[in-house]
Amino acid sequence: MAQVLIEATNLEVRYGGIAAVRGISFAVEENEVVCLIGANGAGKTSTLKALARMLPSHGEIHYGSERIDTLRGHELIGRGLALVPEGRGVFSRLTVAENLAMGAYHRSDRPGIAVDLERIYTLLPRLGERAAQVAGTLSGGEQQMLAIGRALMGRPRLLVLDEPSMGLAPLMVEKIFEVIRTVAAEGMTILLVEQNAKLALELCSRGYVMESGVISVADTAERLLADPRVRAAYLGE
Amino acid sequence: METLLQQIINGLTTGSVYAVVALGYTMVYGVIQLINFAHGEVVMIGAMVAFGVITGLAGSGLPASMIVAAGVLAAVPACMAIGYSLERVAYRPLRHAPRLAPLITAIGMSIILQHVALLIWGRNPLAFPQIIANPTVSIGLAEISAVQIAIILLSFLMMGGLSWFVYRTRFGIAMRATAENVQVAGLMGINADRVIAATFVIGAALGAVAGVMFGTYYGIAHYTMGFTLGLKAFSAAVLGGIGNLPGAMVGGLLLGLVEALGTGYIGDLTNLCQWPVVDAWLGERCADGAHFILFGSNYQDVFAFVMLILVLVFRPSGLLGERVSERA
Repeated sequence: MAQVLIEATNLEVRYGGIAAVRGISFAVEENEVVCLIGANGAGKTSTLKALARMLPSHGEIHYGSERIDTLRGHELIGRGLALVPEGRGVFSRLTVAENLAMGAYHRSDRPGIAVDLERIYTLLPRLGERAAQVAGTLSGGEQQMLAIGRALMGRPRLLVLDEPSMGLAPLMVEKIFEVIRTVAAEGMTILLVEQNAKLALELCSRGYVMESGVISVADTAERLLADPRVRAAYLGE
Repeated sequence: METLLQQIINGLTTGSVYAVVALGYTMVYGVIQLINFAHGEVVMIGAMVAFGVITGLAGSGLPASMIVAAGVLAAVPACMAIGYSLERVAYRPLRHAPRLAPLITAIGMSIILQHVALLIWGRNPLAFPQIIANPTVSIGLAEISAVQIAIILLSFLMMGGLSWFVYRTRFGIAMRATAENVQVAGLMGINADRVIAATFVIGAALGAVAGVMFGTYYGIAHYTMGFTLGLKAFSAAVLGGIGNLPGAMVGGLLLGLVEALGTGYIGDLTNLCQWPVVDAWLGERCADGAHFILFGSNYQDVFAFVMLILVLVFRPSGLLGERVSERA
């Protein structure tokens, strides 16, 4: 049996008096690609923000053998947890190269960083072409690529992606998912949050469906894709 | 022509000091959107500490340049410690408070620092001891003194050094990343607390040197000197676009030049006797080439604030503020 890499138990996130995430539990095993799907406002982003310690939460989060819900946000990337935030969050006043350098901020192995930078430029050639350009001038799709590339620069063990398809043209979404597929094929553990359920489930091996702050269904991607309830609610059938 | 050239030199001198002080305001604003009104007082304490050391060493027979260097070396760490403590004690606990709270705290800190300085150094100005022979060099019709040359060179050196640090080093890039988005910077492993503390410490170190330069230039240091100097440097930062480093440098130099030229010409321009109609009306008060000057050079401090008002009215984002377009 594979090792569990991240596990949340009874995770709860509240904004003032309103609970956005109401005591959910889930786990991602090493080398697994898991997705979290659900409608707008179901609590998906809040869940990821809690994992990345960008929001206070209740419940326990274990990463590897360590409990991480007591840590601060900047202490996670050094342990291998990288989040590509919703809305991409590139530093728009920094150049593409500087953004990528920030992805490797916690690392001190210069040769390793150089190797990874080469790898990113091969995987995402557009970034190489625009290395000296200020990130704010990139298109939305290019910014999403930059955000993913920046996260990969941290050489993560767990890559968490929040709505990578948001606001992008279908052609660009296809390109982004192609990149995610490549990264997954290399053995990266991925937790993916998506509104585009079909695209996400075709990529993942397992999925969780979130509804009003709770997990309503958890199953393999195959069975979720075939599930009539899921088809009706999220696949527009 | 003489006045023009001379005032340009004088303006460059004070302007470069304003620029260095303005960097302290603009760096802190860039990272946490706080106007650190106590920065002027940090600059003042830098001058006071240095003057204390310089006065103490004045009779020691050491070369003047070494004495001044010792003063700077004492002032810089003292101000860095104050800058760090300000952030730690006064601003960090209020980081998530409504923006008015840290602003009022900043004003409070400014008053506290002023009165601490009053208690330590007393209410009389400290005079710069006569240790420097300040030779002047003639360039064309104007003169530039050794102290002026030193101030301009040192300021540009510091501005260049800071630019290199912020735009070329890893930590500098992390500072700019934090300024743009603290949360995402955290995802990169950047500890925002450390970046913010570093911003205060670096600003204070620059301010300390600026304080020594300003005091040396005018020959005195006083516990109230930080107030006007701080307000002018703040105006310079707003003029250039607050939060923008090149803006603060340009704003400081421009403010110094406007102030010097304004001071140099305001007397002539407001001499009522030069206007024929008024001249006739004033009659014998203008007889024999007498002057009737409405605004003299004692209106020096007005220019900075007139510029501040004009910028706020006509270009609130400053000369270099927010040029980068941000696409979603």
